[in-house]
Amino acid sequence: MKIIYGVALLALSYLIGQWLGEFFGNLLGINANVGGVGFAMIILMVLKEWFIKNSWMSPDIDSGIEFWNKMYIPVVIAMAASLNVKSAVSTGTLAIVAGAIPVVVSFFVFPMILKNFHKN
Amino acid sequence: MDIFLNLVGKNGLIFGFLVIGIIVAFSELFSKKVLNSKIPGSAIAIFLGLVLGYVGGVFSGGEKGLADIAIFKGVGILGGAMFRDFAIVATAIGASFYLVRKAGLLGMISLFFGIGLFFFMGVLLAYAWGYRDAASLCTIGAGACTYIVGPVTGAAVGASSEVIALSIAAGVVKTIAVTIITPIAANKIGLNSPESAMAFGGLMGTSSGVAAGLAATDPKLVPYGAVTATFYTGLGCLICPSLFYILLEMIF
Repeated sequence: MKIIYGVALLALSYLIGQWLGEFFGNLLGINANVGGVGFAMIILMVLKEWFIKNSWMSPDIDSGIEFWNKMYIPVVIAMAASLNVKSAVSTGTLAIVAGAIPVVVSFFVFPMILKNFHKN
Repeated sequence: MDIFLNLVGKNGLIFGFLVIGIIVAFSELFSKKVLNSKIPGSAIAIFLGLVLGYVGGVFSGGEKGLADIAIFKGVGILGGAMFRDFAIVATAIGASFYLVRKAGLLGMISLFFGIGLFFFMGVLLAYAWGYRDAASLCTIGAGACTYIVGPVTGAAVGASSEVIALSIAAGVVKTIAVTIITPIAANKIGLNSPESAMAFGGLMGTSSGVAAGLAATDPKLVPYGAVTATFYTGLGCLICPSLFYILLEMIF
């Protein structure tokens, strides 16, 4: 039964995080969610550590979150299958070039960022 | 057959679980038997997902890939924003808050750097393709960031609907490119630690692409990449139609 506590904990983190994201988006006057998922992840990490410190964590609670953690890749596969791949590939060369070339360049830039950061 | 279609129609999400299960089973088998496990099953399954998304678009003419075909509607629910974000948040359970905090600065730097890099390269390419007005250049540059930043920016600066559609397409191409290239290039670019994954998420930004790419590389890295990537779209929506647009207005 306790498995629902895990799912509920995840849902709580998700909702507070998304709410914060919407709140900041509103505050900044843009019609977008600013880092809602990121806030939710940080909240979940903090809540988890707090639960462990107080020995409230149980294998059941853990598995309620773990299930969705493991479902991540299947969800991504479903997402890939629901992307507008056809129009992305067929709207013309600029969409493909503007989408792909910066990505390729970034893969070359990435090691430089890591190296420079570690030097400083 | 009618009874079957009716049943699937009423239980779309459940049928979606089955469909994804079959895709994964096929991909795992293909990876083991044909490719000797050289490419992980998850990478093949994600790629296969993209192919099915293309096929779905060809058959239905809609915008949601396979999910526009009636019996596969549930795949769209499973792969929609709600389940995607919920599952991404759940991956944080495997991450250490201590490591996230330690690499926070590097993540922030890569975020700003990444948005600037993608935006201005997008602008340059749009310029090379003949666009000369600040609104169109700005929107296409924003689309090179993510497929959400593009239309949000386009609406804010008053770009034409063709340009907005183009910016969405560029963003989707970016997601696909990151998904495919990440597992191939990960080893060569030193993408192998929580810290590097956070920098990678910030630089690349597209949270679906980063997370899918990392999932196919090493699932343990997913939460670290996702935690920075998820700020990218919001930050992009903030900077592109304001600061970057003003900059472009001054030039053009």
